Amino acid sequence: MIKSIKTWILVGFASLLLVACGQGGGGAGSKKSKTLDNTKKAGFVKCGVSQGLPGFSNADEAGNWTGIDVDVCRAVAAAVLGDADKVKYTPLSAKERFTALTSGEIDVLARNTTWTLSRDADIGLTFVGVNFYDGQGFMVRKNSGINSVNDFRNGISACTNTGTTTELNMRDFFNSKNISYEPIAFEKADEVVAAYDAGRCDTYTTDKSGLAAQRTKMSNPDEHKVLPETISKEPLGPVVRQGDAVWEDIVRWSLNTMIEAEEYGVNSSNASSLKDSENPAIKRLVGSEGELGAAFGLDNDWSLRIIEQVGNYGESYKKHIADTGILPNRGPNQLWTKGGILYVPPAR
Amino acid sequence: MIFKKFNIENKKARDLIPQAITVLALLSVIIYFATNAQINMGNRGISFGFGFLNQEASFDITFSMIEYDGSHSYGRAFLVGLLNTILVSVIGIFFATIMGVIVGISRLSDNYLIAKVAEWYVEIFRNIPLILQIFFWYFAALRALPLPENGISFYDISFLTIKGWYVPKFIWTNFNIFLLSVIAAFIAIYFITSYATKQREQFGKQIPTTIISLATLILIPLITFLFLGVSLTFEYPVLKQLSPTVFTYAGGVSIIPELIALALALSMYTATFIAENVRAGILGVGKGQKEAAASIGLNKNQILKLVVMPQALRIIIPPTTNQYLNLTKNSSLAAAIAYPDIVLVFAGTALMQTGRAIEIISITMLTYLTLSISISIFMNWYNKKMAIKEK
Repeated sequence: MIKSIKTWILVGFASLLLVACGQGGGGAGSKKSKTLDNTKKAGFVKCGVSQGLPGFSNADEAGNWTGIDVDVCRAVAAAVLGDADKVKYTPLSAKERFTALTSGEIDVLARNTTWTLSRDADIGLTFVGVNFYDGQGFMVRKNSGINSVNDFRNGISACTNTGTTTELNMRDFFNSKNISYEPIAFEKADEVVAAYDAGRCDTYTTDKSGLAAQRTKMSNPDEHKVLPETISKEPLGPVVRQGDAVWEDIVRWSLNTMIEAEEYGVNSSNASSLKDSENPAIKRLVGSEGELGAAFGLDNDWSLRIIEQVGNYGESYKKHIADTGILPNRGPNQLWTKGGILYVPPAR
Repeated sequence: MIFKKFNIENKKARDLIPQAITVLALLSVIIYFATNAQINMGNRGISFGFGFLNQEASFDITFSMIEYDGSHSYGRAFLVGLLNTILVSVIGIFFATIMGVIVGISRLSDNYLIAKVAEWYVEIFRNIPLILQIFFWYFAALRALPLPENGISFYDISFLTIKGWYVPKFIWTNFNIFLLSVIAAFIAIYFITSYATKQREQFGKQIPTTIISLATLILIPLITFLFLGVSLTFEYPVLKQLSPTVFTYAGGVSIIPELIALALALSMYTATFIAENVRAGILGVGKGQKEAAASIGLNKNQILKLVVMPQALRIIIPPTTNQYLNLTKNSSLAAAIAYPDIVLVFAGTALMQTGRAIEIISITMLTYLTLSISISIFMNWYNKKMAIKEK
């Protein structure tokens, strides 16, 4: 008898599970934006960030996240919910990030993620733009006598992160130079830094912005330098799930608004005073002309809120990347009008 | 009760129906999840399939026991990771067992100091989370070890450095003949021991099998060296300069510090649990057994070896099997310190590069399941062999 009671309990439990699961699941992809509706209902934007990369997404002691990746999520929150602070951050490892996005744990992934064909096309993701043009480089000890990648010799050991494009680029690079190397790939950036700092590897390779940021974490940052060569293109940008075109547009144009605002000289302090500007492009940015927000079901002040609460791209870059000493020179991340390659389609 | 209501009096049916319902319910849950996953994946443009295993992996791995580089397939990368997991598990189990037995016996030692040291060892190492111990051994060892140019030298043929432990590489000629001779030696030992057992049981004759076996194991392979053209030379690691201040060793074999740290942490941790099993096993043998053995004139070593241990093993083996399984599964923490085990290589890098989360995680889970079940089957066989045989 005991045995059969147990069996019945099992059956009951299983059917309970069935009922519980029946309510979850279901697919995205209807014509209205399910993600937008859910975000409004929840009252915050679910944003995936790194586990700590100064300048991009980094939490201070109080748990406040800052960085140019964080600002993308803040811009989306300002546009959708009217308050840039209404963001819930989820720190993710390189390995976890795409699964977290496709499974719906987060709705925007702003985590220094390289835009590649296979990621865009193959695994249910859509890249909406580029918020930082980067490239992979190498860091070595200053006293090593290595001044260029041409000084690398057979047997060099290189530390990096697993699950990144870096691992693939590194192989392409060393193979093309015909150099045998020892790849040591860690799951988390902090362990890479610790192992390189201890002397386990001769060089540390990742995106140059990452190298510049991680150098500040070394026990003696002045002992290390980044080699001049760039061995790959790494366009980093925010990612959304495939199948929700409206949400995709909202994130894309939140980023574009920040860049376009810089182009037209609109910033967080002068935005509201420019409502009567003579330039129609500026008027569209601050919401005094056109009905652009209606296209994604937002009011007309969505872009004004982004500029006022988060600032334009230039302000964001200056605050998080230039003033923190990570990369004072904007390089390719300068506007196209000033010799860089930042160029976004017009908001009209 | 419920059966009476439905008037099911047939015992067979009564036993069968609940089980059938359970199986059906379980199946429908699984099917429900599978279809749901399929629909969701379809909506998000994700396909399902194992074709990626044949694609080029295009990433390199630090440490591999088989030939591998990025031009091989993901399937091959899986195999590299699997072998590395097996390697660290085997090393870990080997040392954990030896240390566990020594510490377990030491805890029962009459010598106060030995017993206390063993007790402290057990209490410290089993109460600290394993991942912290792995980090400790890895980063403590890294900080403590010298750079290659100041490597700790063992007679100039082996060097311990921060980049790894460089040992001489064995270069064999006619290795196959040597291998065959070792197998032949083991077969010979099998016959010698079974002959010795028969002699003891029938005529009460004691044949010193240990010494004879050892001699066989040395002599037969030695013959192949002398007469059958087997030879062995060594390739020694040599210091090599890569730049004014960067050095490494070329030649020889490098045992990477990640492997050393992981094997050390796993065996130190698991040895504490095995030690407790051993202690429990020895204490579980009745006092009368030892006294009876002493009364027929066996000395202390003989009592332990011939009377106590065979009985203690029956108590020790089942919980120790659990520890072996734990160790194997715990080896998946390797990813934290960059030891290229199956989790780091396959469920890490390969998963990221292909995005095939469901396929790769299923394969990885199935692999661990297979590994664990294999260990269980072996240990159950060993347990049965050691169990009391009623005569």
